[in-house]
Order: sequence, then structure tokens, then C-alpha cells
Amino acid sequence: MARGQTGTAGRRKANGAAEPAGKPNAPDKKELLKYYRDMLLIRRFEERAGQLYGMGLIGGFCHLYIGQEAIAVGVQSVKTPGDQVITGYRDHGHMLACGMDPREVMAELTGRSGGSSKGKGGSMHMFSTEADFYGGHGIVGAQVALGTGLALANHYRCNGKVAFTYFGDGAANQGQVYESFNMAEIWRLPVVYVIENNQYAMGTSIERSSSETHLYKRGVSFNIPGEEVDGMDVMAVKAAAQKAADHARAGKGPYILEMKTYRYRGHSMSDPAKYRTREEVDNVRKTRDPIDHVEELLEELGYADAAAMKAVDAEVKRVVADAAEFARTSPEPDPSELYTDVYSEARA
Amino acid sequence: MTDVLMPALSPTMEEGTLAKWHVKVGDTVKSGDVIAEIETDKATMEVEAVDEGTVEAILVPEGSEEVKVNTPIARLSGEGEAASKAPAAAPEPEPAPMEDPQPASRAEAKGDPVRAPSEAAAAGPAVALRDPDLPEGVKLVKVTVRDALRDAMAEEMRRDPDVFLMGEEVAQYQGAYKVSRDLLQEFGDKRVIDTPITEYGFAGLGVGSAMAGLKPIVEFMTFNFAMQAIDAIINSAAKTLYMSGGQIKPSIVFRGPNGAAARVGAQHSQDYAGWYGHVPGLKVIAPYDSADAKGLLKAAIRDPNPVVFLEHEMLYGLEFDVPEDIDWVVPIGKAKVRREGSGVTLVAYSRMVGFCLKAAEELAAEGIEAEVIDLRTIRPMDWQTVVESVKKTNRLVTVEEGWGPMGVGAEICAKVVEHAFDYLDAPPARVHQEDVPLPYAANLEVLSMPSVDKIVKAAKAVSYK
Repeated sequence: MARGQTGTAGRRKANGAAEPAGKPNAPDKKELLKYYRDMLLIRRFEERAGQLYGMGLIGGFCHLYIGQEAIAVGVQSVKTPGDQVITGYRDHGHMLACGMDPREVMAELTGRSGGSSKGKGGSMHMFSTEADFYGGHGIVGAQVALGTGLALANHYRCNGKVAFTYFGDGAANQGQVYESFNMAEIWRLPVVYVIENNQYAMGTSIERSSSETHLYKRGVSFNIPGEEVDGMDVMAVKAAAQKAADHARAGKGPYILEMKTYRYRGHSMSDPAKYRTREEVDNVRKTRDPIDHVEELLEELGYADAAAMKAVDAEVKRVVADAAEFARTSPEPDPSELYTDVYSEARA
Repeated sequence: MTDVLMPALSPTMEEGTLAKWHVKVGDTVKSGDVIAEIETDKATMEVEAVDEGTVEAILVPEGSEEVKVNTPIARLSGEGEAASKAPAAAPEPEPAPMEDPQPASRAEAKGDPVRAPSEAAAAGPAVALRDPDLPEGVKLVKVTVRDALRDAMAEEMRRDPDVFLMGEEVAQYQGAYKVSRDLLQEFGDKRVIDTPITEYGFAGLGVGSAMAGLKPIVEFMTFNFAMQAIDAIINSAAKTLYMSGGQIKPSIVFRGPNGAAARVGAQHSQDYAGWYGHVPGLKVIAPYDSADAKGLLKAAIRDPNPVVFLEHEMLYGLEFDVPEDIDWVVPIGKAKVRREGSGVTLVAYSRMVGFCLKAAEELAAEGIEAEVIDLRTIRPMDWQTVVESVKKTNRLVTVEEGWGPMGVGAEICAKVVEHAFDYLDAPPARVHQEDVPLPYAANLEVLSMPSVDKIVKAAKAVSYK
């Protein structure tokens, strides 16, 4: 396994405020196969979304999650029913990880009536109360205050639920993030901040945008513990997320996880990606790919051989092909939908 | 067999130059491999393979210009084929859907704009809406606007455990303007929450908690400070019901003093009615007296939508009648005729209603009977009541503290012109804050603000007197 220090043992370091996450136990077969399937679903889904975009079936902005799959899947594995998930605009992976139907996600991308928001939200604005997924937000960093508000509701209701609030290295420089950190810690709100540090805020590298590039330290002046996690290793993500969720659920307040990751594609589909070299991207793909890593584990542990993995891939491709077909053939929303959902008549 | 199509690399791209091929016939490719470079007028982009396979043919040679999006540019065969031929075939390049990826309904949508049912609906219920009848024997008591607001919150918090108040100095300090006096004592610090000075942050937290089903009242010490939170109010609160296809219903009240107090300068003196009134998804209320302050705030707290509730510091200490001991709820979206008259229609909201009532008295002394309409709700606006009045008076003056351009008065004038054009005997007049940041100097401040005198002059002007 050519992964060196960033293997399944997980995080490379933790700051002083946090207890080390400890070595996760070897995953069981069923669990690891599920992660493999879920990550592969996200990858194939996103590849297909990219293709549909190229064909003009998806409009506007489209931000792909390829390369970051281990994070959404690893964090999801520790979520209990009722825990909320909220993220920014690179949200397709989270929705699939939350269990939303690939058909409704893809059909929202194509702006069709079968989409999760009836085609009125688009790539960046999808929600599912059923899957505890609260969006899907297009304003960089806005989801951090909203996610902290979800945690405020949990705290208010004493319901033991945790709000998993994702944001990127770009959003980490927004002011409202720190306003939220402050209140989360003052009130000990059950929120886990998952920073997906994919190294580039659109085209600006973390080194160019951030005076402190170790984002897990961003909670230090609020007394929020944080740690760095290998976001390309689903088992490391899971272990860290479990620890952070336990902390929040126990009434100890927020926790920050900085997931070191990488996006293979551009910021959005229309990003020529001239701010980094092809070699840099290829190097990550070759040496740190989160799905290759699970494949290696599956083989190492004797859980699956190449043929078995290929079967999983074939099944996932069928699901994605079906979603794409649905998204292509689902009708556009009826014109009468233009004026619905502006105001609600009755309280939820 | 899979065709590789000329991809669109931006929302607006229609064609591009196929600058370079990185593969040749016979090469095998897998998903993610760069196979070509494409130039548009904006950028050079790499094209990655989506499917696996062997390059069977290059259909468009490198250097080709003006290659239309979705033109087949290469053909793959081989390994990927089995997978791509799976049931429910993927959108592989069957020519028909490629050439016309947009369903036909686009054309229909263009030709026949859908009529806004919100307008139609407003026409219906707005006329039907009316203030509740006072049961026999109900006593009217004098209450300040400040206490009426306080009582509204207290009553709703007793009624619904999901209602809570958050903001700066709302709890221990008892409210910067004492509107939340005694609430902490009655409801405790879980439901009356002092926040740090962090408007964007706590407005966002409030919206998040509303997405989870709570019913927050977010107090801004003044609406001037809500400028820092306007993203949360508009992008996160007002638009989410729509963007979620009706799934997420943030029910939340943003309230606090709005408009100009006295001698506090430009940054602390601004009327936001027009700003928030512009936004679909928001309801916007700006009451004048104590009964409306109480009845409309109770309605706002019960409303399932985000509501911006604009109070006025200069009204907080004024006393007006409020019905005692009943659940007094005033419908949102209904204007109130405060004084009847047949000579000219004066339309205002919030503090300017008082100015108009004074102006009406002066006008009466000069033989002009003014009808004074208190809008009470800015959005949805009860323009029908205004139109009905203008049909009677044939003259219109709008009065607001905000700036004129793109303001509430401008909207009223537009509605009257649309719906009562033939009834107008004079061009409508607008009284509003002068088109400058509010000055500090006492004399300039007076010159800048609407006044009873300016309203009287405007009313006379449209009456040609």
C-alpha cells in the first residue's frame, strides 16, 4: 500500500486541545464494501454529471466532488437518524451519502420536475428533510451559521442530535464562520464542523489565501478542539468523525475536523484550472485516491477480489445510467410551478 | 461504441476550437484521462474521458474551429462498452436528444407568461381581510407601542414553546429600547438569548434553527445593523422555501427599530421598507400604533414565512388604545383607512402615518378633506385599498421615510397608474427623505426628512391649490 504515513491509522496529528483519535479497528467486510460502493456511486455519478453538463443538459454552475468521496461517506457512517447534514455548493456527494435517490439529485441538476426541488433549486440548492439534508447553499460560508443554527435547535430541544456542518478551505476565511464558532462554543452547541480542505478556493491556493494554513487550528481562539484528518482515507475520516460526534453529543460543544483532501476536477465545470499543474493532479490521483485506497484494503483484507469490485462498479454504473436517463426524460416543471413555493400557507 | 461529444465548458459556450488531441486511434483511455484541449474565446480547457475504451476514430481533426457543442468528435469502443450498454441505457449519444436537449416546453414558456397568482390571490383575500371584531364589553386601554410589542412576544411565547427571542441585550439588559423588558424573568435564558454583537452570525443561526422547525424572533438593535445580516435574511430565509421545492419552511421574525430616530446621523437612520419589500418570499410589516404593533407582531410570529417587522424608535414611547385581555391578532396584508376623506389620498406607514394625520387636520382647516391610508404591511401590499381610495379622491400623495428612487411610494404610484390611471386628476406626488445620506446638523436633518409641512404642500399641489 503506497500510502506511507497516511494509511488507515488516520490523522497525522492533532493539536494540543484534542485527544488523539486512536487507531481505528480493522473494518468489517460488510462495512468496507458499503463504503466502497457509496464512494464509487458518488464518483460515477459525478463523472456522469460532468458528461451531461458537457452535453448541455445541466446548466449554470456544476461543482463536482470527485476526489473527496471519502469524507462524505466516512462522516455519514457515524450519523444517527435525526443528525443533520448541511454543506455548500459542492453538494452532490453529500446528498448521495445521505441516501437521497440519485434520480432526484440528477433530475434536479437537469432542472426537471423529478428533481428533489422540482427543478427550482439546481445543483447548488437541494434539500431533503427525509434524509436530514439541509442543503445545498450557494453563498460561500452561509451554511456554517445555518448549521450552527440547526445545532441551536438540537440544543433547544435537548434531542441529542448533532449537526454536521461542512465547508471548504475557501469558506474558512468568511467572517460569519468565526461568528458562528464563537456562539457555538459559548452555548456548547452540538455541531461538528467538517472543513474539506481541498487546497484550492476556486483558483486560489490555501497558501495564497490563508495566513494560518492549518485550518484545524482555526478554533483555537474560541477554545474549540480541532484536528487534522486524512480526508482521502475513509476509515480515518470515520474514526475522527465518531470522536467529534461523541464530543458534541456529550454536550461538550463544537469540534473541528480539517479533512485534507483534493478535488480532481476544476472548481466548477467552466474552470480551466491553470492555477495548478496536470502533474500535481495526476500525482494525487495515483498516490492518494480514496477509492483506490479502499480497493487496496478490500484486497489486503481478503474481502473482495478484482472481479467482485468490478461487479460493484457495474451495479453502480447501472444506477447512475438509470439516474441519468430519468434526469434526461423527466419533464421540465409545469409552468404553474413558477409561482408555487414562494410563500407557505401553513406551518410545517 | 461510444461517441465523445464536443463538450460545453461553460454555461454560455456554443462552439469552440478543437486545439489539440492527446490521444490517437488505437490508444486506450479510462475515465479521467485528458484526451483533448479545447479553446473558447475565454479559456483553454482540457477534455477528460468519461468512459473507458479504445479510441476507434478521431472524427474532428485538431485545429478545427467553430466546432458546435455536442458534435461527435471521436469514437470509443471496447472495455467500457459492456458497462455503458447496461439496462436503462445511459444518455449515450443518440442523435435526437443531443440535437434538442431542451424539451419543447421552453417555447411554450416563452410565449405565454404565467400570470402571477400572488397578485391574483392578493386581489382576493386582501379585500376580504379585516381586523377582528371587538367582542362586546372589551375594554380599550392605553398602552405604549413598546409594551404592546413586548406583550405580543410574551403572549406568543406562552402559547408556543418553539418561540424564542434572540438578539443583542435582549435578556439581562432588558432590551436596548426595553422592548423585551421582563421576558428573561418569565421565560428564562434558554428562550431569551443574549447574543454577542454578531449580526450576520446570529441571524444565520436563527434561520438555521427555523429550518429545523423552531420559531425564532431575531431582534436587531436597529435595522441599520441588519445590513450585516441581509444575506441571511434574503439568501437563506426568503429563498429557501422556493429553492427546496416547498420542503424547508423557515418561519422566523426579524424585528427591531427602523427609520430615523433623532440626530444619530446617516448610518443609524435609514428606512429599509423598500429594501425588504423588494424580495419575494419575505413578508414586511411596518405598524404605526399600539394595537397594530401587537396584533401584527402576533400574526408575524404565527406566520409560516420569514417576516421582517419594522418598528420605529420614535413611536416606542407613544400611547394608543389596545383591546385588553383578548387574543388580538391583526391580519397581515391589509391596509387601514385611518381617516376618511374625499379630496386627496395620503398613503403612509409607520411613523409617517402620524405625520399624515396631522397634515390632514391642517388640510381640513383649508377645506381639503384628506383620506389617510396606513399600509401597515409593505409586502404583500394592499394596493387595492389605495386604488379604491384614489378612485374616490382622484389625487394621490405617498409618504415614506426612505429615499424616493425605487421606493415604496414609487411602487404605489405604479400600482395606481396601472389600476386607476383614468381616475387620476393630477400626477401623483411623493414625499420622502431627500436623496442624500441623512445629515447630522439639526437644520439639515429637518430639511432632509419628510414633514407635516411637506405633506401639506404636496397635497395642495396635487389639488391645484
